[in-house]
Amino acid sequence: MATAVATPEARARVDRLERIWTERPGLVGWLTTTDHKRIGLMYLFAASAFFLAGGIEALLVRTQLAAPEQGVLSPQAYNQVFTMHGITMVFLFVIPISTGAFGNYLLPLMIGARDMAFPRLNALSFWIFVASGVFIYAGLAVGQAPDAGWFDYVPLASKQFSPGMGIDFYALGLIFVTISTTAGAVNFIVTIFKLRAPGMSLNRMPLFCYAFLAVSGAIVFALPALTVALVLLELDRQLGFHFYDIAQGGDPLLWQHLFWIFGHPEVYIIILPAFGIATSIIPTFTRRRMVAFPLVALAEILVAFIGFGVWVHHMFAVGLPTIVTIYFAAASLIIVIPSAIQLFAWMTTIVTGTPRFSTPLLWIVGFIVFFIIGGLTGIMFAAIPFDQQLTDSYFVVAHFHFVIFGAAVFPLLGGLYYWFPKVTGRMYDERWGKASFWVTFAGTLLTFFPMHVLGLLGMPRRDYTYHAGLGWGALNLMETIGSYVLTAGLLIVVATLVAGLRRGRPAGDDPWGGDTLEWATSSPPPAYNFAVIPKVSSAYAMWDRKDREEDARKLDRGELVLDRGHETPASTVLDAELDEILAMPSSSWAPLLLALALAGVFAMLLLGHVVTAGAFGGLAALVLFAWHTHEPQVAR
Amino acid sequence: MTGRADRCENRRSVIAALRILGVVACAVLIAGCGRQSTLDTHSQPAREIADLWWWMLAAAALVLAGVLALLFVGWRQRDRPGLTMLGGLAEHTTALVVAFGVCVPLLALVAVFVVANFSVAGVTEAPAQGSTSMTIDITGRQWFWEVRYPGSRAITANEIHIPVRTRVNAVLRSGDVIHSFWVPSLNRKADMIPGHPNRILLYADEPGVYRGQCAEFCGTQHANMATTVIAESPARFAAWVAREAEPRSAPQTPLQQAGERVFLGSSCASCHTIAGTAARGTIGPDLTHVGSRRTLAALTIPNTAAQMRNWIAHPQRVKPGNRMPAIRLSDREVDALAGYLEGLR
Repeated sequence: MATAVATPEARARVDRLERIWTERPGLVGWLTTTDHKRIGLMYLFAASAFFLAGGIEALLVRTQLAAPEQGVLSPQAYNQVFTMHGITMVFLFVIPISTGAFGNYLLPLMIGARDMAFPRLNALSFWIFVASGVFIYAGLAVGQAPDAGWFDYVPLASKQFSPGMGIDFYALGLIFVTISTTAGAVNFIVTIFKLRAPGMSLNRMPLFCYAFLAVSGAIVFALPALTVALVLLELDRQLGFHFYDIAQGGDPLLWQHLFWIFGHPEVYIIILPAFGIATSIIPTFTRRRMVAFPLVALAEILVAFIGFGVWVHHMFAVGLPTIVTIYFAAASLIIVIPSAIQLFAWMTTIVTGTPRFSTPLLWIVGFIVFFIIGGLTGIMFAAIPFDQQLTDSYFVVAHFHFVIFGAAVFPLLGGLYYWFPKVTGRMYDERWGKASFWVTFAGTLLTFFPMHVLGLLGMPRRDYTYHAGLGWGALNLMETIGSYVLTAGLLIVVATLVAGLRRGRPAGDDPWGGDTLEWATSSPPPAYNFAVIPKVSSAYAMWDRKDREEDARKLDRGELVLDRGHETPASTVLDAELDEILAMPSSSWAPLLLALALAGVFAMLLLGHVVTAGAFGGLAALVLFAWHTHEPQVAR
Repeated sequence: MTGRADRCENRRSVIAALRILGVVACAVLIAGCGRQSTLDTHSQPAREIADLWWWMLAAAALVLAGVLALLFVGWRQRDRPGLTMLGGLAEHTTALVVAFGVCVPLLALVAVFVVANFSVAGVTEAPAQGSTSMTIDITGRQWFWEVRYPGSRAITANEIHIPVRTRVNAVLRSGDVIHSFWVPSLNRKADMIPGHPNRILLYADEPGVYRGQCAEFCGTQHANMATTVIAESPARFAAWVAREAEPRSAPQTPLQQAGERVFLGSSCASCHTIAGTAARGTIGPDLTHVGSRRTLAALTIPNTAAQMRNWIAHPQRVKPGNRMPAIRLSDREVDALAGYLEGLR
């Protein structure tokens, strides 16, 4: 136990908390859990499974392109594989692992809460995510995977040009997954605004939480555009509507606008959690507070906000009027500023602090390097003529892989190492940790850097093959070798963590001297997170020693222990003054059952059995009814 | 005046130096730089974009070097208190962040914005009405390019002939899904979207063959939807158009005559047009002068007698998933058909 248990009274209180919060044992416990930490772990493993699938798809693509005119994959198979790679990495890996796993596990701990604001909704988000992922992969299993790219442009994706069921798997599967992502985002917003420990006013909230607030806001406003686009697509495909059909007064550009209105904020949705993780790791390993904290907090919010005004830079080659493209080019340049602020704040913090280049900070340094490279090429794409020359070439593939793999995934890997001791209670081997970083770093550079040159040499993206005479072979071979090195690096990450889990020495509560509240509790944290709701008087709560000593005394006095029920405190939005005590719902089968019923609805819509879909909808309504009859009573 | 000219001269020599550096780098990386390269430029628009790239690359390299230097300083200071003279006061560090995170980037961004989107874009955007001396119509189809010359009956596929040093207004359309027309040595790309015709300037400084490729994913054979722009002297171009506008040359040999009978008697004629015959299909490329083209199936294979036979007999093996079905023909019929088509010059 993190909190020193000095007196028998304190012991008795902790025992009571233990009884109240412990969930059912075994598999049933996991299936019915509402504990944000268990849900976070399940997200981690499920998203990792999809990462494995997406990774295998990437390796297939790279193997096919290793040399000119190869036949590892047929053109049809190649198109399915690169489409599934994109869908998997964006929807089933990055977002679920960053918000679902990292956000879920850490956010309540960082703000001193005992769970998310809506624990059952949280479980529902997870189960819908798994169900939708399985739904989309069922298409691949039956040989009907989507094959029109993750951007799925019409009219290629229309019934006329894609008569199979692949696009329906895509459209319905993504509508399904957006329910999960949106529910998760709403949960984060309410949790951040209402469940912060008393004293954690907004200006004392860790930057990690600002990042997740920004991400959640962006999700809530961005995903509806995607959902609308997909619903219109299904209406066109299944019921013969003509939203995207130019011959009947529709317009294929409608799809592009709707898709990118979602698609560009999506880029920031992917990368903002990484910013949050970077701002967690940097202060700890430089033993210094973040430079320009308010500016960084503001920048995190601004990035998410301005991200909604730049979507047309994905459409510069479409032939829109100059007045339109110029506006979006300007907005695309403006959004560089908040990113530059954060970048320079991170680097200044490192340079002016006492940096310890342990494994987690190494990943952040790798992230900074890759984010700079991806950011600089990103700026180039706001130069309209350059964009029109290089868009849809390998240059753009290089650009967004530096951003999405280099800049978004590296902090996630750094975060895995950073919070591994907290989650498992054990340490990993530092030398292997560093080795895993260097191999992955080298593999990433080797895989993605030559793509810039290939793009400049005129190689378009999404080609299943290329002619030998075009001179693209050597660079492609280099990239393919890089992708295998990269895979080796990731395997070392897994091996290092698994070895740490089995043989690592005990970590203790706070092995790094961390700055935020998750380090105030035991490793792994108990089901109720904190025996006492912690006192907060700065954004670096763990570095306020006196507050932590005060927590121990409060446990003795029985103040803010809440050991009478399944409860967590709620506070006011701005100043975080204690507002009320919330009775929290306990474990339930309802989220899992509701997700299954909804999966039935989507499966039947796919097969065109509208009546059966309706029946599943009715079942879902019954589960919802049962769910609401088991809500907790209002406590006090 | 001289000062300005000097600066101009300096600017040019910097660009030249950068360009040489880049070409050397390319040459080191691959055997032959060129063919379909954005850096192997043969027109003003392509050149302006490439220059813009080299300038942006130089600026980006500078920023990257600065960041790496800063990280190196951090690494040198590891496990020791860092630059305390900077870190002592929050005002100082915040001022640094504002200077390098807001002010410096803002200057660079404004420069990129003005140069790229006003100066360079003026050259690369759709040509002004009346600024061009001829118009051609290019239509993207799964998976070939149909090219028409308004004012003439000439119709061809995949190989676009233009007169050299002539401003050509290329009108870009789609016959099915979205494609994107991209010949990087001559100009930027422009999408071909159903219902939204686009225009682009085609101009070549010197005679030559410039390769291009579809740049918007358009289905199974997106990878084998290539094109060439063939720039030739105005006289040769005029002769080419005149020949292209003629109906097919009547088959001479018995083999070719047999080939035409096979063509008109099989399903070939329902998809292809051969002017001067009853074949009026519009799904596949016009074959009136197919024998004169350098390649088949949108640059998938060279146009030789052997490849023509292979293509007719096994279209799904040569270009899997393409719209041309394999039709049941005897070896003799394939030979006749190939001989006939090769004779259509």
